[in-house]
Formats: sequence, C-alpha cells, structure tokens
Amino acid sequence: MEQESGAASAGTFIPLNEREHGFYSGLHALCQADSSGTGTLSSCKVATLFKASQLPPETLHKVTEVCGAKRLGYFGVTQFYVALKLLAAAQSGLPIRLDSVTTNLPLPRFVGLQIEPELQYSTIPPGADVQGAPCGSGPGSSSWTPADRGGTFRPLETNTEKKEAWSPPRSPCASPPRSPVIYHSYPYNQQRNGLDAQTTYESKHSSRPTAQLEQHSSPSNYGTKPTMEHSAIAQASSVERLDQQAVVYHCNEDPWRITGEQLEYYTNQFKSLQPDLGALILGAVAKHFFTKSKLPIPELSHIWELSDVDRDGALTFSEFCTAFHLIVARKNGYPLPESLPVSLQPGLTQQEEHIPDTPESIEPLIVFEDEESRPSKLDQSIVELQSGSTTKTQDKTEESSQQDTASVRAGPAPETLTLRLPAFPQRPEPPQDLDTQWRTKTRPRSYSSTSIEDAMKKAEEPPTPPPRPQKTHSRASSLDLNKLFQQGAPGLKSGWLLHPPALPPRPSTSQVSQTQQIKVQQPNFADFTHFREEEESPEKPDEQRLCSRFGPSTEDLTNPYKQEAPAGSHSQAPQKPARRKYHPETPNPDAVPPAAVQFPPPNKLTQRLLSKQKREIQMAIRKNKETNAVLTRLNSELQQQLKVAHQERVTLESQLDLVRPLAST
Amino acid sequence: WRVGIAVIAKENYPLYIRSVASQSELKFHYTVHTSLDVVEEKISAVGKSLGDQRELYLGLLYPTEDYKVYGYVTNSKVKFVIVVDSSNTSLRDNEIRSMFRKLHNSFTDVMCNPFHNPGDPIQSKAFDGIVSGMMVQTG
Repeated sequence: MEQESGAASAGTFIPLNEREHGFYSGLHALCQADSSGTGTLSSCKVATLFKASQLPPETLHKVTEVCGAKRLGYFGVTQFYVALKLLAAAQSGLPIRLDSVTTNLPLPRFVGLQIEPELQYSTIPPGADVQGAPCGSGPGSSSWTPADRGGTFRPLETNTEKKEAWSPPRSPCASPPRSPVIYHSYPYNQQRNGLDAQTTYESKHSSRPTAQLEQHSSPSNYGTKPTMEHSAIAQASSVERLDQQAVVYHCNEDPWRITGEQLEYYTNQFKSLQPDLGALILGAVAKHFFTKSKLPIPELSHIWELSDVDRDGALTFSEFCTAFHLIVARKNGYPLPESLPVSLQPGLTQQEEHIPDTPESIEPLIVFEDEESRPSKLDQSIVELQSGSTTKTQDKTEESSQQDTASVRAGPAPETLTLRLPAFPQRPEPPQDLDTQWRTKTRPRSYSSTSIEDAMKKAEEPPTPPPRPQKTHSRASSLDLNKLFQQGAPGLKSGWLLHPPALPPRPSTSQVSQTQQIKVQQPNFADFTHFREEEESPEKPDEQRLCSRFGPSTEDLTNPYKQEAPAGSHSQAPQKPARRKYHPETPNPDAVPPAAVQFPPPNKLTQRLLSKQKREIQMAIRKNKETNAVLTRLNSELQQQLKVAHQERVTLESQLDLVRPLAST
Repeated sequence: WRVGIAVIAKENYPLYIRSVASQSELKFHYTVHTSLDVVEEKISAVGKSLGDQRELYLGLLYPTEDYKVYGYVTNSKVKFVIVVDSSNTSLRDNEIRSMFRKLHNSFTDVMCNPFHNPGDPIQSKAFDGIVSGMMVQTG
C-alpha cells in the first residue's frame, strides 16, 4: 500500500489498542465498497461515517486531509484508521493533527442509527443519541448511563440498536412476521459479553444482514457497529420496511413491550381467527395458528404457559398478543423468559386491548377521550381501580369464561384505561395486583371443573335441593304408605292421591250435590265457610269432608281400614270415616240445608254480586290454604297411625308365621 | 422429607416421576410401580364413585417401615402418587390432600395447554416448579 509520509507514520506508528482495532476493522468492513478487495473504501460510505461522527464539515475535511486520504484520493486501511483516530481526537476536543493520533484516545463516536432504509431515521440520530443514553434496557442488559461509561472510555453511543423490522401482515397468518421492530440500546461494555450470547442466535440471521448491510448503508443512514464480531453486524437482521413510524417511539423500549404497530398486527391476526375481539380463541385454534410459526413444540408449550394467565385453555385478546409477541421475540432470537415479563403482563396488555375495543363500542371511546381531558377523574378511577381490581379480575374471569363481547369489557374499560394515564410508576402496581389475584384466584375454569371451587360449588348446590325432598317427603311417605297398603287398598291410594288436587273441585262436588239450588256459587264458598267452622272441631269434620267428597272411594278406604285393623286400638281413625260413611249419603243433604240455612245473609249480599264474589274468592283462597294446612296436619297424624297399624300388622304376621308351621304340622 | 412424586397415566405408564434422592431413584420407581396395584384395587372398590373430590383422594395406600405411599386418582384415571419418608410424622392428612390438590391443579394446567398431547410426558416448567416447591416444602 502506498505510504505517504503521513500515512506511513500513521500506519506504523499509531498504536491501536485492541479495542480500537476491532472497532476500526468493523467500521472498515462497513465502509467497504462493494467490489472491495483492494482495501479501498467507498468514499461515500466513509463520508457518511464521518457525518455520523457529528463533527463539523471542516473538521472532517481536515481529518481527511491529515490522514492522507485526500492526497491519495481514496481511503485505504491506514488512512481509514488514521481518520478514525482523528475523529476520536476531534471528538475529544484535541486538534486534528497527526500528533494527536498517537495519544490514547477514546473511540470515535458515531451517531446514527443502524441500517434502516427509512429516511426518517436520519433525523433521529441526534435525538436517538440522547435518548440512547438513558435507555439501555434489553434482555439481560442493565440500564446504561453515559455517566458510568463516560469516565473510562466512551463507548459507542449505544446506537447499535437492534432493530428488526416488522413485516406488515402479508398474508393471513401464512407465516408469522419475521420480526418485530425492536430498538435496543446496548451498553458497549456489555456488548462484548452480550453479543457473545447474541451471536449464537443471531448467527442465523447473519447471512441476510451482510447483504443488506451493503444495501442499506446508504448515505442517509448509518449505523455503528459494535466491535469485533461480525455477527454483531447481524443485528441488522431481517430488515424490512416499515409502514409506519410508530417504531420511532420505541427506541428506548425493551423488547417485551408491544408496539402500537405490533398491536395492530396482532389485532388483525386475532380477527382473522376470531372476529370478536372480546371473545376467546380456543386452544386448538391457537395451537394450529402458532404451530405455523415453526417453533418447536416445547417452546410453544412454554409460551402458552406464560401467556394463558387465567389458565382456561383459551386465549383472550391480551393473552393472544402476549403469546404472539413471545413467539415473535423467540423467532428473533430472544430466549424465552421464565416468567412473563412485566410489560407483557395482563394488566398492561389490557390497556392496549381496549384500544382496539374502542372502535367497537362507543362508550369506551368517550371515556377514553374524556379521561384525557379530565385528569381529575383519574384519581377517582384510580381509587376505583384499586378497590375494584378484584371486580375487574372477576369481570375478566367472567369474560373469559363466558366469552362476553366487548361491551362487557366496556365496563371495566374506564378502570383499565386509567392505567395508562396516571404516572407510570403506578402501572406496575395494578398489574402486580392483578397478577397476584390471577394467581391466587383458584382457577376460573370454564372448560373443566376439577377445581376446589367447583367442587365446593357442587357441594353447595346439593344442600339446596334437600329442602325440596322434604316437601315431597310427605307425599313420598304417603306413597310409601300407599305401597304398604297396596295389597288391600288400591282405593286408598287413589283416594289419597286424589286428595290434593281435588280440593278445588270440592265446591263443585258440593255444588253438584246441590243441584237444586241455583244460588250455588256462594253456597259453594259457603261450604268452605261451613267447612272452616267445622274445622275447629277435631279432625272428624275434615275426614267427613274428605269422605263426603269421595263417597264411594272412602268406602273402600274405610273398608280396608276395617279389615286390616281388627284390633280396635286404632279404630278411632277408621271409625271416623266409618262413622261418616253413612253420613255422606244422608247428611249431605243435611249438611247442605244447614249450609243453605246459614246463608240467607249471603243471599242478601248477592245483590252486590261482583264485590261479593271477589271477596268470596279471596275467602276461598284463604280457606283453601287453611284446609291445606289442616289436611297436612291430618295427613301426618294419620300417617303416624298408619305406621302404628303397620307395626302391629307386622307383629301379627310374625305371630301368624310362628303359628302356621305348627298348624300345618 | 419427601421422597418423590409421580404422575401415572390411565394406562399405567408414568407421565412424570420426580424424586429427591438420586441414589435411591430406582427404589422410588419400584415403589411407585408396586403402589399401582393398591391404587387399582381402591379404584375398583369405589364402584359408585361420582367424582366427588374426597373420593379422588385415596389416602395412605400402604405404609412400610421406610416410607408411606399416598395415592390420588383423577376422574380421567390419572394417578398421582406421593411417597414420603416414614420418619416424617409431622405430615398430616390435610397437608397431603392439599398437595394432591395442587398437583391436580397444575396437572390440569398442563392439560389445558393445547400444545401438550395427553399421554405425553409432562414437560412443563410450571409443573416442574410446583413439584419442586412441594418437594422442598416439607423438608
């Protein structure tokens, strides 16, 4: 290589420490002309590099002159290195002379983003530079402050952002997008270590980026590269054009944060699977979809575990976004986290999910806007949020379990929207609250019922039925008794069964019996009154009524009674109907005339027919209820008597059995 | 001091076996295998079982001089077996029950994962975490 004096001195006498050497070689590679093999550098690329150093143009000219490139007309390796050294010197404030080159200088700083084709980014560099300093978060990289680094040496001003373009929805989930657009700023220090780790999973991208590097190191854009590792160049992996500029805002975000554009993409994908944003994507559907991403199944399984926070086997919109984001991150080489990163936790993603919700429901839209204009409301809503976070999670679980539409979400929308607007420090709290509540909530399972809660609920449910059987128990017991007496008393059974429904027809029967008297209706009711009067006396009149109603059936009733209870101990009960057995035939007309006699006053009242009828209907209802009560009481007592009778029968039968063999023998 | 936890599928092959003591792992496997007989016996005995959770817990299957084996069966005939040291007398029945409940919950989580095929060995980190926690818990 030609060596001018200056160049020679530059070439031979400049001590380049290892760091610089690496850096410079990286830059050199960057600036390599396409057809390079000769070691000359494309001047335009060098020019861009120089511009990125943010030095005034005259300085750059000086540098060029001093390093000897001007003379040569091109940048050779040595010239390039000298130039870089001079740039460093200039940036540290030293005069641009060859002398200054020999000193131990920090590395030249080059501001500028990486190889993004977007022209917009060219305007960013100065800003990004500033922003790059405070933002230093990336997976595994600690936060970075320039102060820390400024002392010893100046690392690159971060801007080895790791950016990966986000391919807009190309086809309905044909292949998942290449990579999300993520900005990263790595501290230079950690680049070495971090990049070692990254090289492993960046290596797969290395092929593409190197080609694209050449392509994209257009004059307007420039990116600085970390040192040494060529794979570091691979950070410009899969660069694709962005449609939107939303990426700009995220130069200082960590990779786990979902950008606006990503969110829109996820929303579209969600809609392609499930049109209703408030509904769930079932597990099988999600599995099919995510399998297309060609990630290994264990990883997908792990992603699912991370993202399905309510563990219902289906994905809500926020869970879907989380899962999608994790997949995308994984495809770009990020190792899967062990637990859900903070920015992906449901509290946060819920905010974003309401953004797509807002077009669908008017109310949240309004609230959203209002919230922005009424910060005073925030305090209330924050309080509500703190107190109502449980309700919200319950709402969430209900939603997840019931597949509510977005309108339901509109309810908690005001609460969740407040999450965005208050100060950021508050944000981790509600998600954590939610998180703990999610965890502590014992499984709002919609699709399976193996949890304790469900078991307990099931256990709780049975207690309520028991009162019901008790009510029916009376009937059941009557049925049992019917079975007991089944041999001899079919009539009894029918009689008992007829008992309850026959109450209303009672007046009709009596009416029938009083065919002659047309003023029947009131006497019908009158019968009840009569009956009621009779109630006060012991149950006999009840039985009388019973028996009077059932005429022939009661005869059957009484007969078995008589037959099966030869012992007269309980004959009182059967005797009562027996006694009355004859009465129905005769005293009915007797009963009726007294009923008729007793109601001349009602006859007077017939003049006010309507009101009287109403009153009587009400009276009838009351009386029916009273008769019901009386009859149930009677029923129970009779049952007891029946039990006694049964027992006696059993004893008698046993005695009979004892006697019978003796008799037979 | 827990010896181990095992999850056995309906067809009686293990889905997940994890024990603390590495040197006696074989013995642990053997114990679990032999306990399956007892489990089967208990399952067949409970003919009228309607899935009541109390009946899912089989209780102490059999005690030996070294350890005690507890069993639990789910509605889908997946069996959980916990083997504990006999010297650990502080473990109460309720604690064992709660452990089984937790296991069951984690297991259903794994099953809910659409990427997990029932019948595959369980390879869930969350499940591993829970099991580890339980194994350490009563240590």
